[in-house]
Amino acid sequence: MTATPDEGLRTGPAAGSGQPVFLSRFRPRGAVWLAAPAVLVLLVVLAYPLGIVVWRSFTDPAPGIENYVWFFQSAVNRTVLQRTFIVAGWVTLVSLVCAYPYAYAMTIVGKNMRLALILCVLVPFWLSGVVRTLAWVILLQDSGVINSILRGLGLSPVKLIRTLPGVIIGMTQVLLPFMILPIYSVMKGIDTRLLQAARSLGAKPWKAFLQIYMPLSLPGVYAGAIIVFILSLGFYITPALLGGPRSILLSSLVQNQVLSLLNWGRGGAMGVVLLIATFVLLALAAPLMRQKHTSSRREA
Amino acid sequence: MPSFSRILLGLFCLLVAILLLAPTLVVIPMSFNGNKSLAFPPVGFSWQWYENFFSNPDWTTSFTNSLIVALIVAVVATVIGTLAAFGVTRAAARTGGLLRALLITPMVVPGVVLAIGIYAVYLDAHLVGTVTGFVLAHTMLAIPFVLIAVQASLEVFDRRLETAASSLGAGRLTVFRTVTLPLILPGVLSGALFAFITSFDEIIVALFITSPYLKTLPVQIYSSITRDADPTVAAVGTLLFIATSLIIIAGLLLGMRRGRT
Repeated sequence: MTATPDEGLRTGPAAGSGQPVFLSRFRPRGAVWLAAPAVLVLLVVLAYPLGIVVWRSFTDPAPGIENYVWFFQSAVNRTVLQRTFIVAGWVTLVSLVCAYPYAYAMTIVGKNMRLALILCVLVPFWLSGVVRTLAWVILLQDSGVINSILRGLGLSPVKLIRTLPGVIIGMTQVLLPFMILPIYSVMKGIDTRLLQAARSLGAKPWKAFLQIYMPLSLPGVYAGAIIVFILSLGFYITPALLGGPRSILLSSLVQNQVLSLLNWGRGGAMGVVLLIATFVLLALAAPLMRQKHTSSRREA
Repeated sequence: MPSFSRILLGLFCLLVAILLLAPTLVVIPMSFNGNKSLAFPPVGFSWQWYENFFSNPDWTTSFTNSLIVALIVAVVATVIGTLAAFGVTRAAARTGGLLRALLITPMVVPGVVLAIGIYAVYLDAHLVGTVTGFVLAHTMLAIPFVLIAVQASLEVFDRRLETAASSLGAGRLTVFRTVTLPLILPGVLSGALFAFITSFDEIIVALFITSPYLKTLPVQIYSSITRDADPTVAAVGTLLFIATSLIIIAGLLLGMRRGRT
């Protein structure tokens, strides 16, 4: 997504707030209606289906909040819910640690090197998630790459597939591009002359980095972290293929309730919990990400 | 920064780059396995899994299905998403912002929740296992990508060009066709590409709304992984890896060349 092919398009300043009055007649009053088809599609295939999920969670099999009571009373469900958040936390943390230096390096290397680094992010970003998970199945399985290397070294094999660490490793690698891209897009807008200024005023390089550069890069970190955390909460394919009965995450429980047990009410209640968690997190993070918008505009 | 920390940073980035790319490469040796197994290391060498992919109807039909759905989605989502991008960019700032936030929600709604909802609706509407059903769901998922790509182009587009064209007597449609569209075309085309890939790779909703009569490629890959250790999945993975890499390299080179001129 960062490879914007529109760089040659900067034919002039973006038409925006500073628009002269006589241009206003070229701003059709009904412009907003151009979005109507998209809104319609969203109503039919997003809002309506989600409405049905919410509705069934309160009405199937009987009206009331039974499904939610069941969800929060069951120890298994609580464990899975907790595990889902812990896994999301680990995935976010590990990918942040990997992504931050990488994104920083992308901004300071030469043109060709940058292209190579971008390629390493974009290929996995756009490659089918099923294929990338398949690779992890091949790597982590008992007769997989990692264990055959361990055996070759005379070490005892380790159980990786169907374990929580296996799930976390796979998810982190699959979601890493979602962390790198937002951080990079903020970092490349940071004016590095600020660092030079700080150093010319006597700041040590590391101090200048921590006090000047890091705070400016935080909006990207928040954006990346929230995206990765949210995607982790609802991740399905990777945990389903890499996990086992003891590493089940919430999305697999939802799928199981609906497809195997045909219990739409309970599955729906779980889905609603997931949905609420997602939107609460987004609402909490929104101010942090809005900051990004204003700061980048100020630079422009 | 002192050169020591530079070296450290370089080494760390090398490791991250390996983590990003290397694990996926493991599908390549597996795809030439002589045995019907996904155990490592592969034994012998054969092209049989590639032959299987191109001759076994399970694989060829699912591939064609994915291609058909993704092509329709690319067209439909690009048209709808481009219109929406105009709506978002040219409406009053506040309305536009709200509209944009609304239209990119498909990116953050947990896939499984969306999938069970769509499955419920499709069961009632008899859309399970239909091309229409797939196109509809994938279009919704693809609209945000088109919107973002086209909006990026529109924001750097100089609207005075439209004014100039109108003042010279061009009608609104002519202005769009001869001035606006050619200039935002790169954004529209990358939007179309994003829409195509989004649909072609989509799996969670597809797993729910699939039927024995209509399977897409990701569904076929998924069920093959869960069902047996058939190296055909590795062959498909290799082909997809090569195709994705080529498309992205072409895109990057194109963007670079345009940036230079």
